[in-house]
Amino acid sequence: MTTKLTLTTEGDTHVVVKRRFAAPPETVYRAHVEPQLIQKWMLGPDGWTMPVCIIEAKPGGKIRYEWSDGKGGGFYLTGECLELTPFSRLVHVERMHLPDPTPDNHVETLFEPDGAGTLMTMRMTLPNAETRAAMLASGMEHGMEASYVRLETKILGVRSAAA
Amino acid sequence: MQRLDATFSALADPTRRAILARLALGEAGVMELAAPFKVTQPAVSRHLKILEEAGLITRRVEGTRRPCRLAKDGIAAVDQWLTMLRDALAANYDRLDAVLAAMEPQERKEKS
Repeated sequence: MTTKLTLTTEGDTHVVVKRRFAAPPETVYRAHVEPQLIQKWMLGPDGWTMPVCIIEAKPGGKIRYEWSDGKGGGFYLTGECLELTPFSRLVHVERMHLPDPTPDNHVETLFEPDGAGTLMTMRMTLPNAETRAAMLASGMEHGMEASYVRLETKILGVRSAAA
Repeated sequence: MQRLDATFSALADPTRRAILARLALGEAGVMELAAPFKVTQPAVSRHLKILEEAGLITRRVEGTRRPCRLAKDGIAAVDQWLTMLRDALAANYDRLDAVLAAMEPQERKEKS
């Protein structure tokens, strides 16, 4: 079983992420709605923590995640849960505060049985193409430093292939 | 090869990456580009010069303005940034794999 993540854009406003997990849908679903579990993995780059993790797992329930780099830097996200179908589907809306709020990102997450494991499909819908471009750019910013060496290798590969 | 070095060092600066992110939305002048940052216009002009020399942006003359836009190489760099986002998400989900593995034995105990 490959667990490799795929990230694709769809149309002008969607981003679709797929990932397989060895655990069954119930376990993966719980890791997406229980704060003490979310705090263990939804951390971004190395060295970041999530000191505040609030998610009321019910329609209309509030979401608030706060991240810290441990050096006084950080940002937070707020949102609302819209639809919850244990243990197969979650729909929520979220926005980052940097500190001004970004446009709403509407996120549908599906958890489907895949052998003994789970295929997760997360489909994000942004209000327009400009917002999607900005979101991808800021997300990329986040993962950039740690992966810089790999970026270099990849661009070198791409360029020499194009030359 | 020299150009590649320039491209990498241009991309290594967060302000310049933010400028590129802004230009992904469309052409912009120095004033607009300087607005979101706590840096002076001359400082932004220096960043723009570096980006231009790195082949990431092009500038045209329009009266006294010199609006900037992403160059084709800039677009290629943005494509690479997609890979970076994938890597950041991948790090999260690799951690989640460990969380799930730790949850499961407990689950079996609860069910038996």
